Amino acid sequence: MLSAVWLIPALPLAGFLILLAAGRKLGEPAAGWLATAMVTGSFVAGLVTFAGLLGEDEHHRQFVFTVFEWLPSGSFSVDVGFLVDPLSMAMVLFVTGVGALIHLYSIGYMHGDPRFHTFFLYLNLFAFSMLMLVLGDNLLITFLGWEGVGACSYLLVSFWFERNSAAVAGKKAFVTNRVGDWGFMVAIFLTFASLGTLTYAGEEGFLENAGALPEATALGIALLLFVGAAGKSAQLPLYVWLPDAMEGPTPVSALIHAATMVTAGVYLMARVNPLLDAAPAALTVISVMGAATALFAATCAVAQRDIKKVLAYSTVSQLGYMFLAIGVGAYVAAIFHMITHAFFKALLFLGAGSVIHGLHDEQDMRRMGGLRKLMPITAGTFIVGWLAIAGIPPFSGFWSKDEILAAAWDSNRLLWLVGVITALLTAYYMSRQVFLVFFGPPRWQEAHAGATSEEALAEPEHEPAAAQAAPATPHESPPTMTVPLVVLAVLAAGGGLLNLPGVLTLEHFLEPVFEDRLHELDIPAGILLSLAAVTGVGVVIGILAARAIYLRSTQPADRFEPELLRRAWGFDQALAGFFGGPGRAFANFTSRVLDGRGIDGAVNGIATLVRGGGSRLRLTQTGYVRNYALFMGGGAVLLLAFFLLRTGVA
Amino acid sequence: MSEFLRAYLTVAVFAGAAGLLVALMLGAGWLIRPSRPTAQKSIAYESGVDPVGPGFGQSQVRYYIFALLFVLFDVEAVFIFPWALRLESYGLFGLVEMGIFIVILALGLVYAWRKGVLRWV
Amino acid sequence: MTPAVIAQIEPIATPEIEWFAVSPLLVLVGGALVLLTAAALARSRPPRGFYALFTVVTAALAVACSALLWQRVTDPGRGPFTAIGGAITIDGFSVFFAVTITAAIALGALLADDYLRREGLDGPELYVLMLLSGTGGVVMAMANDLIVVFLGLETLSIALYVMAGLHLRRLESQESAIKYFVLGSFSSAFLLYGIALVYGATGSTNFGAIAGFLSGNVLASNGLLLAGFALLLVGLGFKVAAVPFHVWTPDVYQGAPTPVTAFMASASKAAGFAALLRVFVSTFDVYRLDWRPLMWGLAVLSLLVGSFLAVVQSDVKRMLAYSSISHAGFILVGAEAASDRGIAGALFYLLAYTFMVVGSFGVATLVGGRGDADHGLSAYRGLSRRRPLLALAFTVLLLAQAGVPLTSGFLAKFYVIGAAVEADSYALALIAMLSAVVAAFVYLRITVAMYMGDETEGAEAVTRPAVRVPPGAALALGVAVAFTIVVGILPSPVVDFARDAVPVLLSAP
Repeated sequence: MLSAVWLIPALPLAGFLILLAAGRKLGEPAAGWLATAMVTGSFVAGLVTFAGLLGEDEHHRQFVFTVFEWLPSGSFSVDVGFLVDPLSMAMVLFVTGVGALIHLYSIGYMHGDPRFHTFFLYLNLFAFSMLMLVLGDNLLITFLGWEGVGACSYLLVSFWFERNSAAVAGKKAFVTNRVGDWGFMVAIFLTFASLGTLTYAGEEGFLENAGALPEATALGIALLLFVGAAGKSAQLPLYVWLPDAMEGPTPVSALIHAATMVTAGVYLMARVNPLLDAAPAALTVISVMGAATALFAATCAVAQRDIKKVLAYSTVSQLGYMFLAIGVGAYVAAIFHMITHAFFKALLFLGAGSVIHGLHDEQDMRRMGGLRKLMPITAGTFIVGWLAIAGIPPFSGFWSKDEILAAAWDSNRLLWLVGVITALLTAYYMSRQVFLVFFGPPRWQEAHAGATSEEALAEPEHEPAAAQAAPATPHESPPTMTVPLVVLAVLAAGGGLLNLPGVLTLEHFLEPVFEDRLHELDIPAGILLSLAAVTGVGVVIGILAARAIYLRSTQPADRFEPELLRRAWGFDQALAGFFGGPGRAFANFTSRVLDGRGIDGAVNGIATLVRGGGSRLRLTQTGYVRNYALFMGGGAVLLLAFFLLRTGVA
Repeated sequence: MSEFLRAYLTVAVFAGAAGLLVALMLGAGWLIRPSRPTAQKSIAYESGVDPVGPGFGQSQVRYYIFALLFVLFDVEAVFIFPWALRLESYGLFGLVEMGIFIVILALGLVYAWRKGVLRWV
Repeated sequence: MTPAVIAQIEPIATPEIEWFAVSPLLVLVGGALVLLTAAALARSRPPRGFYALFTVVTAALAVACSALLWQRVTDPGRGPFTAIGGAITIDGFSVFFAVTITAAIALGALLADDYLRREGLDGPELYVLMLLSGTGGVVMAMANDLIVVFLGLETLSIALYVMAGLHLRRLESQESAIKYFVLGSFSSAFLLYGIALVYGATGSTNFGAIAGFLSGNVLASNGLLLAGFALLLVGLGFKVAAVPFHVWTPDVYQGAPTPVTAFMASASKAAGFAALLRVFVSTFDVYRLDWRPLMWGLAVLSLLVGSFLAVVQSDVKRMLAYSSISHAGFILVGAEAASDRGIAGALFYLLAYTFMVVGSFGVATLVGGRGDADHGLSAYRGLSRRRPLLALAFTVLLLAQAGVPLTSGFLAKFYVIGAAVEADSYALALIAMLSAVVAAFVYLRITVAMYMGDETEGAEAVTRPAVRVPPGAALALGVAVAFTIVVGILPSPVVDFARDAVPVLLSAP
């Protein structure tokens, strides 16, 4: 049953190839159904493999399936192979499971798009790349998958490339990710130079031997990998692309920028955990950066007006939690939170997509409100997602977040405090969003009446929506969209069962991957409960504050939404300013002087040399046989002379 | 000089002797013969046919094919003579081999014949 | 060997012939003879494409025989062996070249099919000659004796001389045939002289015996042997078109009918390298310190002259000819390493190169048009609009020749340069990489012409006859492109093939 593993990436790849060849002919909706079926098949193959893995002995659940030897070259060889172990299988199941639901949802969401089949082509390619990333049995395959998902992300963010902002956002995501990829690549080189292998498993493998590395080397590799992870998982300071990436179609935001791709960094960190163990300083860096990102992004989310931007900052913040968990050694908690987050954040994004769809591409929350009655399924499921992310028991978010906070408490009280404040802010901004969108008075009609006065406040990318003629009444979305919402809502509500304290299924399952590197909680049950209580109080305060401001208060809420926070503390502008000013000057310098004179000069010089040399050499090519024979004879004489001189006969 | 190379000394001696012999004979002829050139005598000898026109004159192309075929089969005969002399010591193996050789040659002839090469056009 | 031996009368020892060992040769020769005779005796013309089909089937049969041989030589219980009284060796190396050369025959026949009809030259002759010439190449690869090398070389070459002049109405074709013939005979003389000197120095022409003699004896004076090396290198260097013995290449490649050029550039070069590798790297291994500098020099000259001169050409066939010289330089880089890894790299290169070069000249065959004359760069301008698929195929093949990753060409260069680095030939590796950069310019130039030909060419394109892509050539191009890409992505089967095909030295039984 384990050998079904190759089907997992093969099915989306097949889907991609079929769509590439015949996507246009299949058209809508067949192309969508095909893509969905492929990812669902992949999920089923994942389940089969998972069942096979469960049948194996608990402590030897690590299997490598080599598909073929790729790039053999002397002592260096890279195999295309899959590593099946509890970690990769956990990732596969939630990636394909959530992925299949989002594929299904997209069939409804992308209805009527002229490039319907292209969208699914990219989605399948993305699923394939993501599965290669997760299943790859060495760093190079992981990196290929890493680049693959990056490319798909680029293609999908700028899917509506006719919109300038979408094209720009795609470029931004791509460029920012290159910074992270640089770190990843150098880390690969360093690993190979120091260990002579890139393969994870096995006696000679990376994981067995990472612990034996000198600490400085281990720290270098770990930090470089973290640079890669920070780029892909949108951590400070490389997070800037993620909020902009919301320009992509909403299913893309849900799939790539919430549930799967952005968690690749967390996965990578968990995968190389023996390396991190060998470099404790790296763990500290990761936990501090994670906590800082969590808090920073939560403050930004408070003031966003765009329904998707709130969720984007929220994603950055939640990813911060995961890195915090990695940093304090709570790997299982990180993976657990990754999974629950995938459920509820995908749910929230899809819910937001449903709202946007129902309101005809309206994204500004100030022009929503009171949608609870008009879109009951969307509202109900969204509220489940809200409760889950806010951390209300017994919804899934409570369990995973609580575990991270407990581990943080055990490691460093300050980290814990940051975590609790973030939890409070999370509850606050999510409540704000729910209240603005689904409760309160409907504002989606008046918005158009007062379009002129609102225009000054409206963010530019929403101009087309605002300029639209008076909209029809918001409506509930079609079943292809609501069914995934309901399924995800069930998962978001009950996801905590995966790792319920006392049952500890996930922890028990993942334990062999991390062994003794896993942080053992050493806290009495009483304190554990009081910690949960403190968090709970914070969450309730957050919700009540939001209620007071957005439901009860008659005053405009603007003063609770500082401009500075909306602009993410001016971080983005500062970055843009830097790259626009000194950065541009530097680029100009390199372009004109270094590149223009130095490199181009050298290239042109060589070209001239080659041409000159060639034109002279071609004179030897007279076309006369006698000259050719002479030439060859000359060559023969030279060879002979060489040998005769060598032997000393002459 | 190795034993082996010494054996080649014979070759060198023969080469020297051959050169010497040629020089001797040509030299003797040059010394002995009277030299009374006439226009007739100075004409290049071409199998008794009067050379007419410039040196790069055209010749009948039909000869060319025959010359070619002749050379071809004549050269192959070079292989057959020694074989015929030692037929017994080669035994059956030799017979079969030569049979194959001749059949292949014959195939060439068949091809030439079917191509109409043997007809005098 | 005293003269007295000749006088004695004794039964001559006739060798045991192991038919299985020579089965690929028999299939090729048999196919050629059957085709020739049948075509001569047939009363009516055979259906279109019959000759090519017959040739391809023959080639396929030869590959099947090679596969059986491969099974036998890789079977640990049996392994490589010599046959026909030690005259030929059947090892992975010979089988590898049998497959490579046979592939070149099949692809060449597919290209020739429509070409011959287009040029009004249809007949069995080209196919017969191609089969016979290929046989000679395989003999060279199987040879375990210098004389057999020479025999194979002549079989290969003489057929090629005729093939080069096959386009009866094209003066350039005749010219190239004569040039090739004269210079080829000239180089054969060098080779033969080299064989004589090596025989003189070692007392044998059998590879196993030579190697045994060289490793067992220290020559007091090795001048004779080294002179033999030099002359052998001249003869074989001519065949593989290594500078300075390359002078014939551009003229002959340009003048010969294009499918013949494709065959010549692939099969003939492969056979030359088979002999070169087996003779020098394998047999003269003990003297590697003596011949490696020469190989180094030939490699550097070939790389530089090939790529430099390719840049200044305006005729695509000539460009490809010079690029094939620079490819020879790359393969020499593998040979210069004088290691198993170097040989494996060279073999991989040769197989990859065979498909690339046949495909490239295949495109030239089609673009050349009726009369086989339209080979200027301008003929390719705007090809992407007229024949997008053809342009795409050519682009893939050119990029592969340039060594772009994800093509077989990249890995080929990677493996030979890797072998050079392993053998500490850093300077050579550096020169090889630099010349690859220079050569890339040539390939890009053609690609750019195909894609960037401006619209003003439109008027000219109308007067230019449309490029036809007949099914046979399409199949050949498809195979070449598919091989190039698939091996670029999944190289390991071919790498294993090449790795197991390192020549084995066996003396006569």
